[in-house]
Amino acid sequence: MTLPAINVKKLVKRFGTATVLQDIDLEVPEGKVSCLIGPSGSGKSTLLRCMAFLEESSEGMITVNGEALGFFENARGERERLPAAQIRAVRSQIGMVFQQFNLWPHMTALGNVSEALKTVHKVPKTEAEDRAMAQLKKVGLENRANHYPSQLSGGQQQRVAIARALTLSPKIMLFDEPTSALDPELTGEVLNVMRDLAAEGMTMVVVSHEIGFAATVGNQISFLDQGRLLFTGAPADVFAKPRHPRLEQFLDTYLDRGASMLV
Amino acid sequence: MIFDPNVILKHLPEIIQGTGVTLALWIAGMAFGIALGFLVATTRRYGGKATNVVLAIPVEILRGTPFLVQIFLVYYGGPFAGLSLGPIPCGLICLTVYSAAYYSEVFRAGFAAVPHGHVEAAECLGLSRVQIIRRILLPEMALIVLPPSVNLAVILLKESAVLSIITVPELTTTISAIGSQEYAFLEAIFLLAVIYWAIVEASAKLGRIAEARLSTFRFSAP
Repeated sequence: MTLPAINVKKLVKRFGTATVLQDIDLEVPEGKVSCLIGPSGSGKSTLLRCMAFLEESSEGMITVNGEALGFFENARGERERLPAAQIRAVRSQIGMVFQQFNLWPHMTALGNVSEALKTVHKVPKTEAEDRAMAQLKKVGLENRANHYPSQLSGGQQQRVAIARALTLSPKIMLFDEPTSALDPELTGEVLNVMRDLAAEGMTMVVVSHEIGFAATVGNQISFLDQGRLLFTGAPADVFAKPRHPRLEQFLDTYLDRGASMLV
Repeated sequence: MIFDPNVILKHLPEIIQGTGVTLALWIAGMAFGIALGFLVATTRRYGGKATNVVLAIPVEILRGTPFLVQIFLVYYGGPFAGLSLGPIPCGLICLTVYSAAYYSEVFRAGFAAVPHGHVEAAECLGLSRVQIIRRILLPEMALIVLPPSVNLAVILLKESAVLSIITVPELTTTISAIGSQEYAFLEAIFLLAVIYWAIVEASAKLGRIAEARLSTFRFSAP
């Protein structure tokens, strides 16, 4: 068996006195699409943000391709924080796409995509822009390279954000509700880019309310409710014959809307 | 009383010199104040909770007391604490520290106005804290902090007139002296108002030009 791309073990996350994630165990298989589904406030976004080290977990461990992310267990079994350079190195294997795109408004699409190459990796400007242009081409936006985010539609902005996350050639891509801020007509173009990425064999973790996408593109579905991971399985097990009563109840609302046709 | 412009012409060299002192103190005090204020704002943002609370105390005291009182305290009270300063160094230090307190608040608000997600996106791509400040936060907040910064600059110029109290040879001191010397108070005070107002208008104009340049990326058409 190959090593999981991301391995989450006994993860706990507390905000003050509120426990938002409780004993999460999850293996993200390499080269597959893992979807996190669940109602609002179930902790799925927090779990994804822990995987990107945007939130620091309170207990437990996360490893990325076998390397500890943020914290490690020392010889006495205590949790210790890793040095910043090491955290950055592990994080560099991960690309993150946000619900709100989070493009930098003062840079063009090309500027956004080439920024990390230029600033972090000191790649010369022309080479960085060539590589950025190749990524923009991949998401079908090479003719929008010199547009500022304010001049792009939501769907185009999210595609630029995906190109930006891809420029550093991450091994894993995390998507935090990538289509939730888009109107329905624009979700398609973003989901298509994600489908292409999945077809190339990218390891992906997707938090989404797009049950149709989860059912057709997802290889592994995890269902969270009230900070607990209730069920992980293949799409057919999750959508066709939901065994867990809470999952069944959650899916009912979607199946009513015709998602059952997809599985 | 008859308005006599000859009084002004006669003393033109002194007036120019006084204007020069005011401009130099104002610009230097503001430049140092912006630098110190930026340092305070970044330290408060990244230095942890305790640092933030400790630094809030001097900022609040400086913003909560009149500039006149601060100058008196440093100029006349300073020697008792072993700090004997001439009028010009004292004036420059007071202007710097006073404006730094206000500028630190302007920058604090500027930092807060940049959506946190923009910083997170940069963190995910491996940008260091300094790179995030330089490449993301500063350019994004420039447009937000510019109008209050220009406003503050104007207020600071007018506050600098208070330095005449401790005999700094700036514009107000110079022109008041001419007024007494020539018994021409109306001419003197009128001229004083005109010069301050001209500098304020010029700096406001510069501010508007800078704002228009910075805002291209927000408003330009596709």
